[in-house]
Amino acid sequence: MTVLPYEEALAAYDPVLGLEVHVELNTTSKMFCGCSTVFGAEPNTQVCAVCLGLPGSLPVVNAKAVESAIRIGLALNCTIAEWCRFARKNYFYPDMPKNYQISQYDEPIAYDGWTEVVLDGESYRIDIERAHMEEDTGKSLHVGGVTGRIHGADYSLLDYNRSGVPLIEIVTKPIEGTAAKAPQVARAYVTMLRDLLRALGVSDVRMEQGSLRCDANVSLRPVGTTTFGTRTETKNVNSLRSVERALRYEITRQAAVLTGGGRVVQETRHWHEDSGITTAGRNKETAEDYRYFPEPDLVPIAPSREWVEELRATLPEPPAAKLKRVSTEWGFTDLEMRDVISAGAVNVIEATVDAGASPQAARKWWLTEIARRANEAGVDLSDVGVSPQQVAEIQTLVESGTINDKLARQVFEGVIAGEGSPTEVVTARKLAMVSDENALAAAVDEAINANPDIVNKIKSGKLQATGALIGSVMKQMRGQADAARVRELILEKIG
Amino acid sequence: MTLRQPVGSEIIRQTACDLATKIKSRELSAVEVARAHLDRIAEIDGEIHAFLYVDGERAIASATRVDAKIAAGEEIGPLAGVPLALKDILTYTGAPTTCGSKILEGWLPPYDATVTRRLLDHDLVILGKTNLDEFAMGSSTENSAYGPTRNPWDTDRIPGGSGGGSAAAVAAYEAPLAIGTDTGGSIRQPAAVTGTVGVKPTYGGSSRYGLVALASSLDQPGPCARTVLDAALLHQVIAGHDPCDSTSIDQPVPDVVGAARSADISGMKIGVVSELGGEGYAPGVEQRFSEAAELLASLGAEIIEVSCPHFVYALPAYYLILPAECSSNLAKFDAMRYGLRVGDDGVASAEQVMAMTREAGFGAEVKRRIIIGTYALSSGYYEAYYGQAQKVRTLISRDFDKAFSQVDVLVSPSTPITAFKIGEKVDDPLAMYMNDLCTIPSNLAGNASASFPVGLAPEDGLPVGLQVMAPPLADDRLYRVGAALEAALQSSWGGPLLDRLSELGAGQ
Repeated sequence: MTVLPYEEALAAYDPVLGLEVHVELNTTSKMFCGCSTVFGAEPNTQVCAVCLGLPGSLPVVNAKAVESAIRIGLALNCTIAEWCRFARKNYFYPDMPKNYQISQYDEPIAYDGWTEVVLDGESYRIDIERAHMEEDTGKSLHVGGVTGRIHGADYSLLDYNRSGVPLIEIVTKPIEGTAAKAPQVARAYVTMLRDLLRALGVSDVRMEQGSLRCDANVSLRPVGTTTFGTRTETKNVNSLRSVERALRYEITRQAAVLTGGGRVVQETRHWHEDSGITTAGRNKETAEDYRYFPEPDLVPIAPSREWVEELRATLPEPPAAKLKRVSTEWGFTDLEMRDVISAGAVNVIEATVDAGASPQAARKWWLTEIARRANEAGVDLSDVGVSPQQVAEIQTLVESGTINDKLARQVFEGVIAGEGSPTEVVTARKLAMVSDENALAAAVDEAINANPDIVNKIKSGKLQATGALIGSVMKQMRGQADAARVRELILEKIG
Repeated sequence: MTLRQPVGSEIIRQTACDLATKIKSRELSAVEVARAHLDRIAEIDGEIHAFLYVDGERAIASATRVDAKIAAGEEIGPLAGVPLALKDILTYTGAPTTCGSKILEGWLPPYDATVTRRLLDHDLVILGKTNLDEFAMGSSTENSAYGPTRNPWDTDRIPGGSGGGSAAAVAAYEAPLAIGTDTGGSIRQPAAVTGTVGVKPTYGGSSRYGLVALASSLDQPGPCARTVLDAALLHQVIAGHDPCDSTSIDQPVPDVVGAARSADISGMKIGVVSELGGEGYAPGVEQRFSEAAELLASLGAEIIEVSCPHFVYALPAYYLILPAECSSNLAKFDAMRYGLRVGDDGVASAEQVMAMTREAGFGAEVKRRIIIGTYALSSGYYEAYYGQAQKVRTLISRDFDKAFSQVDVLVSPSTPITAFKIGEKVDDPLAMYMNDLCTIPSNLAGNASASFPVGLAPEDGLPVGLQVMAPPLADDRLYRVGAALEAALQSSWGGPLLDRLSELGAGQ
């Protein structure tokens, strides 16, 4: 596949983005029945007549899912429909038990909203077309064949546990004017959505488990023109990093096609995480006709204005506004703030500060010690296994002189290993520093007596030699001493 | 062949109401009542073919439990121990549900329909499942993949449809009660042509949960019986709000039993729909209908002619809305999870197996409607067909609203003609669709409607039905009118209309 270097592509073309994000809600039960939504159960153990689409069964709307949909809509500054209906989207596929999906079509519950993302200190407004409710399909596992797709497979296995799990699809209007930053803006948008949805408490938002899925649309037009080019829709974009990479690739691929005098085909493309490319999937120009019509098994939804206002009162602070507030409150430099945002650490730092730590201390631990472990494990900061409250407790232990930064790493290790609270880990692993002045003095004396050469160097003014004596003392104390105090004692005794 | 007709106090000739009273007082046991009906089925159902499935053992076991409950002095339902036939489109755990289609052959549903559950909770005894046009698409039961049901009045004729099995079972004394489902007349038209009572409750009045959907916005389960009071008693048992059906109405069930017992129509305003009559209506049908209207006037009702101008568009609108919904509702029959599977040779793809199964498993009428519905919903045609039909539907509802602001109920013939010969209209779908001309408006508007027997057409000696239509949630008015008619007619006939069966014999 030919691609144009990114800088060349952007010199000639202006990308226009469109992002469709599917969010699985974390309701206890499914969209239209009482089955559990817990992820990872044995296949086909969380099913009933309704989510298996057995003849005669009927859907009943989960009120909690409607509530979540409205809250998401409000958080994205959408208008909440006074009256809306579900619609049937008709197409045949084995993992869809009724061979239609209950979705919403021309009457979404939320529409005409906007949100804001901040990238490198610059703010971008993203207009929201709509947020609508629908049910998830089951999952197919195609066995045999090369591609893992249905064509060429020896057989396919179906798991309907996911069938009927509530989904909200959030669709942006075309995002223009982001130029070379388009892929980063897209990533920042999905990151912002993830944080927002988490703050709303409506979804687990785990991209790796599919509870947050992004379809990335992009088209190119010659720089300086206004008519949209032909778009492609890239699916299977399963991480924040992939959002950026897939779009970057797709821009360079489309640019090569256009520069070569070709025509971009309107189609669905499949992102390959390993090889970093997209390949053609379904051709949308011969797209299926979904024959949408209002779902006759369900009655219209008419959320009262009072209810909508009650729900509005439950909204968390909008992410962009929150960023502006915390960057003032925390007093970080622009560079520090940028690192915090790109590490996705705003919320955890905030919670750590709320638990009593200073902003700088919170930033230090989350962006160094915990970030390192998160990267190693390939998980989010919040999933490393140490809570903001525990981080604040560790910082308190450091500030009170019970442990130092080096010992704190062992405390993190213990907490993550499930050995208990930071204080319990300090006790169990005997990590508390020696604060007994007599013991410390004895160790200093011993070091001085054992190293007359070094002592002489110090006496002759070479203060940097102190380090060797400190090291000797620390070794004797198995690291559990306050290095600053040791240095003071040495200089007192020699000086 | 002539069907033997029950005489005198024979168990199978008695009403559900009388049977319930006698079972409760232990004058009869539920077991002997069940056995008498099972014997009747064994005796004549080879000829009638009302049933697709009979489980005698299970029926006797249910009846035994009812007798034990009564012996123990436990609380029982008002129809406890009364046998019933269930249309084979409602699920009943452990009994096959075929919907009259090959595509569901052998499927055993793992759950009970709400209607079924209520019958069982009220101690009724389910004898088996009755025949129907495939997925309730038809007006004669000739579209059943398992062969047609025959009309007990003349076994060369159709018993109506789609619920011909339920109506014939009741008319042939195989069961005193049956459950039907009415999408465009599937309870009322069979009732009319078999001389029985059939009621389509207000849409949302009885639960659709477990009723295999034909057209979700039109389908409604309801009672089939030989008398108005029996139908009311059964209506009372099955109706009411069901949280499993979002379209079910959360309102008290109208007092249908009280209405059937009162039978008082003095001062009632009854509208005769001027559009439902005239050309295309058999003379005997029009004659019996006019006589019945006069009878109602003589009983104290005020008869007013009412125009419902949009009713003439009901049939074309119905034949777009129904196929549209059914094309989607029937998509689930794809061989992946249950029912028939054709061509799964390990080589054919899932799509190919789906296509081969649907080709082999569905009959011609089902395919016709799936194709029409798919077309009507297609992009570019949606507005012209489905959209336009929905507008007509609104206009028909307005016709009803306007009419019900002037009168308490509307009446018309239930069907334009009496029972026709088996095979007579199978090649002419449009002629077949005309059977539902009078019944369809109430499905489109969702109001309550019923058919009551009003005599035999002089030209062919076959039953004629009168349709009564009442506003939504005024189902009781149907029973008030039906009971008044029944009492007056039976006193002039000297007995129930079905008694004439024995005089006429069958197979004329």
